[in-house]
Amino acid sequence: MKLDSIKKLDAWQKECRKKLDSQKTKVLVCLGPGCLAGGSDIILKEFENILKTKKIPGITLEAVKKTGCHGFCARGPMVVIEPAGIFYTKVKKTDVKDIIEKTLMKGEIIERLLYKNPDTEEIYKDWRKIPFYARQQRIALRNVGQIDPDEITDYIANGGYSALAKVLGTMKPRQVIEEVTKSGLRGRGGAGFPTGKKWATCAREVSDIRYVLCNGDEGDPGAFMDRCIMEGDPHTVLEGMIICAYAVGSTEGYMYVREEYPLAVVNLQKAIEDAYEHGLLGKNILGTDHSFDIKISRGGGAFVCGESSALMKSIAGEIGEPRAKYVRSVQKGLYDKPTVLNNVESYANIPEIINKGADWFASIGTKKSTGTKAFSLAGKVRNTGLIEVPMGVTLREIIFEIGGGVLDGREFKAVQTGGPSGGCLPASKLDLPVDFDTLTENGSMMGSGGMIIMDDRTCMVDVARYFLNFLVEESCGKCVPCREGLFQLHQLCLKVCNGEATEEDLALMERLSKTIVKASLCGLGQSGPNPFTSTAMYFRDEYMAHIKDHKCPGGVCKKLITYRVNDECNGCMACIRVCNSNAITGVKKQKHVIDEVKCDRCGACYAVCNFEAIDIV
Amino acid sequence: MAQATAVKKPDIKKIKKIIENSPQDKKQLIMILQDIQRELHYLPIEALQEVAAYLGLSYSHVYSAATFYKSFSLVPRGEITIRVCKGTACHIKGADLILDQLKAGIGVGAGETSPDLKYTVEVVNCVGACAMAPVMIVNDKYFGEVKCSRAVRIAEKG
Repeated sequence: MKLDSIKKLDAWQKECRKKLDSQKTKVLVCLGPGCLAGGSDIILKEFENILKTKKIPGITLEAVKKTGCHGFCARGPMVVIEPAGIFYTKVKKTDVKDIIEKTLMKGEIIERLLYKNPDTEEIYKDWRKIPFYARQQRIALRNVGQIDPDEITDYIANGGYSALAKVLGTMKPRQVIEEVTKSGLRGRGGAGFPTGKKWATCAREVSDIRYVLCNGDEGDPGAFMDRCIMEGDPHTVLEGMIICAYAVGSTEGYMYVREEYPLAVVNLQKAIEDAYEHGLLGKNILGTDHSFDIKISRGGGAFVCGESSALMKSIAGEIGEPRAKYVRSVQKGLYDKPTVLNNVESYANIPEIINKGADWFASIGTKKSTGTKAFSLAGKVRNTGLIEVPMGVTLREIIFEIGGGVLDGREFKAVQTGGPSGGCLPASKLDLPVDFDTLTENGSMMGSGGMIIMDDRTCMVDVARYFLNFLVEESCGKCVPCREGLFQLHQLCLKVCNGEATEEDLALMERLSKTIVKASLCGLGQSGPNPFTSTAMYFRDEYMAHIKDHKCPGGVCKKLITYRVNDECNGCMACIRVCNSNAITGVKKQKHVIDEVKCDRCGACYAVCNFEAIDIV
Repeated sequence: MAQATAVKKPDIKKIKKIIENSPQDKKQLIMILQDIQRELHYLPIEALQEVAAYLGLSYSHVYSAATFYKSFSLVPRGEITIRVCKGTACHIKGADLILDQLKAGIGVGAGETSPDLKYTVEVVNCVGACAMAPVMIVNDKYFGEVKCSRAVRIAEKG
């Protein structure tokens, strides 16, 4: 069905809503990356298999929906029953029969599958009340985990494309830009450049063609927000792009998605096809003069391609090397034409800004960082998952109230934000409000929103070395300060990890970092030393412990530690089975012994021991 | 790197078919290489030459693209690709332990392919499943919260 007028969209929306509401009970099975790793596809199949043969009044096969990431990955695979909000966690295939027979048929709640707060033992029947969710506010993620990403009707029923209709029907391009500017939206990809300003600059350029691009090259290790949006609610990204295209006067756009996200490509492709079929993309969108095409461009697995000029080269089929930006890409971007490039999450905010107004958006968050931000919580935190909170909440609220604190009750050491360009913040900075400027002032950065929590068993020097190694591999090699500088910085960091460095080496690392920051061509090099400089600033004692005492306080750096068996050992032999260097000897039910000479410090014994019988000294 | 010994001659017909199904547009270079890679699991020299001829690009241009992007391999890969994620979350939760166990258990280290072309072990920088760290992926199936003691079994049984 092609919608050739805004009226038809309105009518269709009502129809979709009615159809959706006719299903009184909905069963949502999360197929986000976390739940999928736990086998949620098998659970979905099981629902379908049972419902095919069993007739239940009021429940049809259509009531069971697959959704994108619901957020609480630590408790996956999960099944949510709406509208009651019954939230079943850690669901197994064998639980499906129970859910159907008890909850769907009799309305009983299966208590063993509900979320129980490990601290208070409180059991939650409605997921919205769980602290992990209760403190969140979802704008960009509003539909993720709630709708079937493959069904355009789900998106439409939830008010999808009404912002586009409003823009095309009642607003001039200039007004759209003004609205976005007034909302204070800043780029969610990391740098935080004002989106409205970017659009205005591009619209001002005189050119026969302008491009609208979406950066879905989420390369920061530890970040998966964009993935979840692209997989879980692809239409919102498209709607944001179409509105942007109208505002800046563009007719051609590209979605650049990284190769590592095959499902995102599939879901976006389906969304694009559906949008074309319904007249929401292509020529004369909704019967107006606005025409816009979107194509998908798959990345090739190069981190540097998240950088604007490299991304544009990659779309053009060249190797993704950045260029010096004397002229900005909004003026001369893809094929040297004015180009707007925004991040996935930025686009996902646009429809809500248009629908609810710039003032509403600007009232959320802080004065200079408006709205909300999606974060992926990962690492040594209890409630790993995908969250969205208003800007300005503190790190403590995110990590301890939403995240539930550090895993296994260990001690908090640091939180890493901003990926390889960001930094690590210590416990003393936990009360900082999370917004673009505060994080940058404190030596880290917002980045795209990855948040990795580290405990006392993490070595900060090793973390710095890890990121430097990542950047050495990912440096495109075009400019010397980045290519050679980061390489040398990594070598020196390795020296620290091995306990071979001196204090002069540390001073040299700091000097070298300054040079790399000043002299590199693009953001990768300019922010490359951040993981080192931030850890050297906040965790200097750890560097000194490696240098002076030849000790690794985190118990990670192989050359500076030894493993020993303590008296807790009950002789279960688990460590002997995983030891690849045959360094552990012992018989069943007797304390084992590690041969320090044979031991290669891989740490497998420590990881598998269930009795805390292995010490790192 | 352990070199594969059982290399068969690449199927030129298959390569040509993939190439000819793509638009003859220089912009398509990376996409075409990805399609060939997906089919053959690597990019033989013959494929690079064919792509260069088809798109009217120099061989060196195609070669530079094929060596720049990480998802391409110029050497054959095993039938089973095991990807071990080394994103930040996986790193601090013990991704190295998984690699150590794989090296000892199936004899294939990071970036290597077994001589019988059965396994390839790859290290990837974050697959975006950080909440389930550490993660390993066998062909396209994800395994989350992998205990190092189970890594070899997962690799063998999928």
